[in-house]
Amino acid sequence: MQGRWLARIIGTRAFRRAQRPQNGLTMTKRDPSSGTIMPQSGPDRRSVLMGTVSSAAAPVIARAAQTEARRVAPSASPGKPVDIALTINDREHNVAVDIRTSLLDLLRERLGLTGAKKGCDHGQCGACTVLIDGRRVLSCLTLAVAAQGRDVTTIEGLANDGELHPMQQAFVDHDAFQCGYCTPGQIMSAIGCVNEGHAENDADIREYMSGNLCRCAAYPNIVDAVKQARAQMKTASTQ
Amino acid sequence: MRTFLYQRAREPNEAVQLAAAANPASARSRNKVEYLAGGTTLTDLMKLDVAQPDVIIDINPLTETGHGRIELSQRGLRLGALVRMAEAADHSGIRSQYPVVAQSLSQAASQQLRNMASLGGNVLQRTRCTYFRDVSYSECNKRNPGSGCAALTGFNRMHAVLGGSDQCIATYPGDFAQALIALEAAVEIAGRGGSRTIPFANLHRKPGDTPDQETSLRPGEIITSFLIPAAPWTRRSLYLKVRDRQSYEFALASAAVALDQQDGIVRTARIALGGLATVPWRAVEAEAFLRAASLSMSKTLPQRQAPPSPAPKAMATTTSRSNLASAL
Repeated sequence: MQGRWLARIIGTRAFRRAQRPQNGLTMTKRDPSSGTIMPQSGPDRRSVLMGTVSSAAAPVIARAAQTEARRVAPSASPGKPVDIALTINDREHNVAVDIRTSLLDLLRERLGLTGAKKGCDHGQCGACTVLIDGRRVLSCLTLAVAAQGRDVTTIEGLANDGELHPMQQAFVDHDAFQCGYCTPGQIMSAIGCVNEGHAENDADIREYMSGNLCRCAAYPNIVDAVKQARAQMKTASTQ
Repeated sequence: MRTFLYQRAREPNEAVQLAAAANPASARSRNKVEYLAGGTTLTDLMKLDVAQPDVIIDINPLTETGHGRIELSQRGLRLGALVRMAEAADHSGIRSQYPVVAQSLSQAASQQLRNMASLGGNVLQRTRCTYFRDVSYSECNKRNPGSGCAALTGFNRMHAVLGGSDQCIATYPGDFAQALIALEAAVEIAGRGGSRTIPFANLHRKPGDTPDQETSLRPGEIITSFLIPAAPWTRRSLYLKVRDRQSYEFALASAAVALDQQDGIVRTARIALGGLATVPWRAVEAEAFLRAASLSMSKTLPQRQAPPSPAPKAMATTTSRSNLASAL
């Protein structure tokens, strides 16, 4: 699905990447997620090790099973990792995370996708912008657990076999950055901006890109880049 | 961030059921339950340790139900609480028939936040008062009842000049709410015992002696939709916002204005002020002043009856004035 809209944007064949394991994480087909995400029911490494030490592994397992049975009991201690399944850049990822993990931290710290940047971590700077189901959002304010079953696209998912997305190329062509820290967020946001139809004139581009701060103040060049890519993305989408 | 139990509601009734189950009658201590929609306020405040929910009920799957729908009819506009801000702001019918609604949304936050934030969550967004958001300040009656209010003697340039008390002067930060209160919207609320509808004007509570109680929602209740009645003044309406930056900033002062005019004479005026008050603020005196009046560029409002407090008051008058001019 994501491949289709990316193909529509960049006018090439559906976006595909080799399904190879990344960072030692296993990737499987997405499981239908259950209504309640609870701590893992099986004994984890820590429980087993501690259980072995205290010769009390059996009660640990029994207690874990009991926790599973009380799925809706909110009094259960929610301290353990949870297994979640997400689609990121067209690839399925199954990973166990602390329930508090933001999508940004999951991408950067667990999956090695460090393109999305942590600027303010409070939804104010836009450096962490990614696309979810094609819409630009802030990954720092998105809980990873809440992004399950959605299609996430990061800056790493834009290029196709080494060919840059028109927006990436436009940022290069127009020197639309200096330090580059905000750039992945700017590019993801700019793609969203064009797709929404909010890049029809300079004033609109400035207004609808205002959620992405650039401390180097490359704003005029960013506007130029968005205009160049806009034309190419439109051409690509009508082919 | 403190840890929490995460649950997902997949059916409209499931959300309130999960909330009720989180606090069974037999429980000795009360679990704090929060509904998660866009998360743009909640996740932020959890990171700051201002919000400390025990249980989070993710209601985003309900976006696929009526809670995520926009319905425009002869009778009015129904906005599901899980409609995203950007969706409503870009809706062609809302832009043409209820411009004040679309403008109040498009002038708030950034497009990323508008893509995330739900309308229900938007009206419930918490104040931007620095002393509320920073837990290193011990005094905050909203965060910690009885602890005092650091803003009263602190940096309070953007704090409320209307509707405050000696316990709290935190400004209600939203924009959309001004459009809702000006257009006399109603709110549909679901709870354990069924649903109820109340005037939007009754949703928010002035701080008084209990600044921690911000709305009239009962524990576990959830906003399901907003109903804006069709009226002659909805088309001739706008939202004007004065702020420190041109974009992506909270209001120093703002006004939602809707007018019904005939032959240059105002038959009905609906005005609400934002950025100035502790709650969404209906400016009934300004409305009365305009009724039966003939508008011209020279028409100005008399000095507002606001309590004696510095800068923002003058801004309110300025805003209303330029707004009337624009509304013409």
